Amino acid sequence: MVVTPRRPDPRHLVLGAASLVTVAPFAWMVATSLKSLPNVQHMWPLEFEWGNYPEALSAAPFARYYLNTAVMTLGIVAGHLILDTLAAYAFARLRFPLRNTIFAVLVATMLVPTFLTMLPAFDLVVRMGWYDSWAALIVPRLADVFGIVVLRTYMQTLPRELDEAALVDGAGRMRILWHVVVPLCRPALATVAVFSFLFGWNDFLWPLLVTADDATRTVQLGLSVFTSKYGPYPHLLMAGTVVAAVPAIVIFLFLQKALVRGLAGTGSKE
Amino acid sequence: MITTQVAGASALRRAVPARRRRRGDTWTAALCLAPALAVIGAFVIYPIVATGRLSLTSWNGATPELPFVGLANYAEMAADPEFRNSLVVTILYGLGVTVLGVVSGLGLAVLLNAPIRGLALYRGIFFLPVVTSSIAVATVWKYLFEPDGPFSAGLNWLGDPSLALVSLTLLTAWKQLGLNVVLYLTALQAIPAHLYEAAALDGATRWRRLRHITIPLLAPMTFFVILEGLIATFQGFDLVYALTQGGPLGGTEVLGFLVYRTAFASGEFGYAATIAYAGFALVLGLSWMNWRLQGGGARWS
Repeated sequence: MVVTPRRPDPRHLVLGAASLVTVAPFAWMVATSLKSLPNVQHMWPLEFEWGNYPEALSAAPFARYYLNTAVMTLGIVAGHLILDTLAAYAFARLRFPLRNTIFAVLVATMLVPTFLTMLPAFDLVVRMGWYDSWAALIVPRLADVFGIVVLRTYMQTLPRELDEAALVDGAGRMRILWHVVVPLCRPALATVAVFSFLFGWNDFLWPLLVTADDATRTVQLGLSVFTSKYGPYPHLLMAGTVVAAVPAIVIFLFLQKALVRGLAGTGSKE
Repeated sequence: MITTQVAGASALRRAVPARRRRRGDTWTAALCLAPALAVIGAFVIYPIVATGRLSLTSWNGATPELPFVGLANYAEMAADPEFRNSLVVTILYGLGVTVLGVVSGLGLAVLLNAPIRGLALYRGIFFLPVVTSSIAVATVWKYLFEPDGPFSAGLNWLGDPSLALVSLTLLTAWKQLGLNVVLYLTALQAIPAHLYEAAALDGATRWRRLRHITIPLLAPMTFFVILEGLIATFQGFDLVYALTQGGPLGGTEVLGFLVYRTAFASGEFGYAATIAYAGFALVLGLSWMNWRLQGGGARWS
């Protein structure tokens, strides 16, 4: 292909237009969060109303929502990192009866929609006495199949000679996992951590089912309650929306590579 | 999937008697698997079975006993106009989102595949809606779609049942765009360059190369993108909840939302379980059709 220099690449026209469509709602969100109420219908804020943010944050218990979301998300991330790693190690390295059957059943559950499992899962949480508590937000999601698949796939690419050598040196399986396998799995662990964080931070349906008031509500739930109360005040609502959306965007900006790597893994698995 | 054993390493392993080692492995595996299997078993696998049992009862979600009603819920569902409406809405939504997803994802990925300046920037931009919460983006779009909103073009997008479904479809496709672009880009980069070189030598035009090399080789990824889209639309809850609450007049009431409303607003857990089972059967059926249409992924050879 001959590339003539200086002529702008026509692909940028299409990609630029698509980028504009993608970014415009975000631009509108940030712009509106800085508008004053009388100017809310203008495309652009006439002057920046930074006061919208403290006003929105004090209009609803956002600090409490943030705390609940942080606890829930960290619990889920920690759970996935530990429980998924242990399970992935068994599937990647240990020989035991029904190994492939159990793994296939787990992978098949990824096809199951949430609405199929939520009624008995909700019932179980109520019967355990966890309704409207952090336990209800965290315990049912301590492990997930996606993380197990990502980690198992990655562990299988590690040379087996490493664990065999340690085994001959008399190290136990768990010591090998902790001292040999886990340090080598750091990229895959980062991928799982990013996906789990985004899942936890943005999750909505399950917290909606198992929480009842502001003491346990997460940010996304709080935002939806806020929406129903502050509909006529788009400037405050958009300030609240920015506050709810920003942590996930920041994590994404910093850990983009780990996220894309995870998706690449999903693709090559096919 | 094939698990590979490195043959050379087995010489080393003979240091420990094989049978003892294997039994030890089984115990270690049980310990390693127990926590994850307990969680997934209790909150995913058991509920799949339990929902089936619930679908044969008229349970209201609160009483300790489960009144058994046999297949009455299934009979009710077959004649329920709300269920039929939800089925149609879900299928249209699923079709719209997957078609838009495949076309836009593939198109943009092809543009990004050849060396281009700003790849990371574009990818980052397209991914922004993917990582932003559904509630946040739906809250923003709700304003954009309002009759006096900046992008309404004078239409009452969310006030009309059909237009509301179009809005929901556009919003979902917009939100998933980056995911499809990255997935297709990965698959494109896995296609060996020599195929294109050979075709170019044979004088194949750019369009013919796309048609006869790229698209067939992407079939497994297309299968995956469609599956992802179908699951996302059948799961579809957050966007519906925040944008339209299933309205107006049930115009956007996808199955996931109908299950939620039937159980948690009307207190009919038994009937909601029945709808959930029917919806799941539909997901499986569509996934199977998709699998067959894509040639079962066999075209990798």
